[in-house]
Amino acid sequence: MTDTAQGHASSTGISNVKLGMWAFLGSECLLFGGLISTYMLYRGRVTGGPRPSQIFDIPFTSVSSFVLLMSSLTMVLAVSAAHKDDDRKTNLWLTVTALLGATFVGGQVYEFTAFYKEGLGFSTSLFGSSFYTLTGFHGVHVTVGIIMLMSLVGILKRSSVPGKKAEVVEMIGLYWHFVDIVWIIIFTLVYLIPV
Amino acid sequence: MTINTADKTHEQQHGMSNAGYIRIAVILAAITGLEVSTYYVDFGVLFLPALLIMMVIKFVMVVSYFMHLKFDNKMFSFLFYAGLVLAVGVYAAFLATFKFFIQ
Repeated sequence: MTDTAQGHASSTGISNVKLGMWAFLGSECLLFGGLISTYMLYRGRVTGGPRPSQIFDIPFTSVSSFVLLMSSLTMVLAVSAAHKDDDRKTNLWLTVTALLGATFVGGQVYEFTAFYKEGLGFSTSLFGSSFYTLTGFHGVHVTVGIIMLMSLVGILKRSSVPGKKAEVVEMIGLYWHFVDIVWIIIFTLVYLIPV
Repeated sequence: MTINTADKTHEQQHGMSNAGYIRIAVILAAITGLEVSTYYVDFGVLFLPALLIMMVIKFVMVVSYFMHLKFDNKMFSFLFYAGLVLAVGVYAAFLATFKFFIQ
């Protein structure tokens, strides 16, 4: 079924908003690709401070990863509810998604604090710099996502969700899922594959 | 519009029902569990390929089903995968320049 048939008509027959979001996400691949490959290059460069294997807490990060993964489920349920014009469920799932995202960011703040106490500062080693830059950028993306989700909840509470508002929920959903797939890569390459 | 009709309309437009999304999430959780198990269990030479394959499966599942790329206009797939392939190509060349793959 085309987008025009879904009510997102444009001169190209597909939603311009959606087209713009996918182009943005494609460009984000390049941003995170650069950060991930820089980390891969520098992860073994430890002249001072702890090595990755000495500080990573895999059980803790696994739980954080699971929380973020489940937030993708709640987000897609919010998008589904928005398309069904169910305002109550849309707000509920958006709020749950934001809470799960906040839990993930809280975990990241805790992790950064623990690493710093163990001697890994931003400029301690190339490993530290590239690690904090990569995971910090991702954390900022999650935080921006939470702000967008909560703003959306506020906007939706003032009016119903038909037509284009459902598309707004879907666009924020795309951004949120992208943040999740970036973490899928970071979790494997940064945490699970030893140096 | 009744809930059942709304459910069917959403399924027609986006290819999946809520139950389908939950099934995908359960599979993703199971794969994550398997990934974490590689930290505790010795998989030998299969360790790295298994982890990378599981990572790719999770990535594709989220993009295809949660982001609806599988059911959406092919133009969106082109835009996203073009960026992804470009990123992988450019940074693989970047890492190869620094002899990352022959360490």
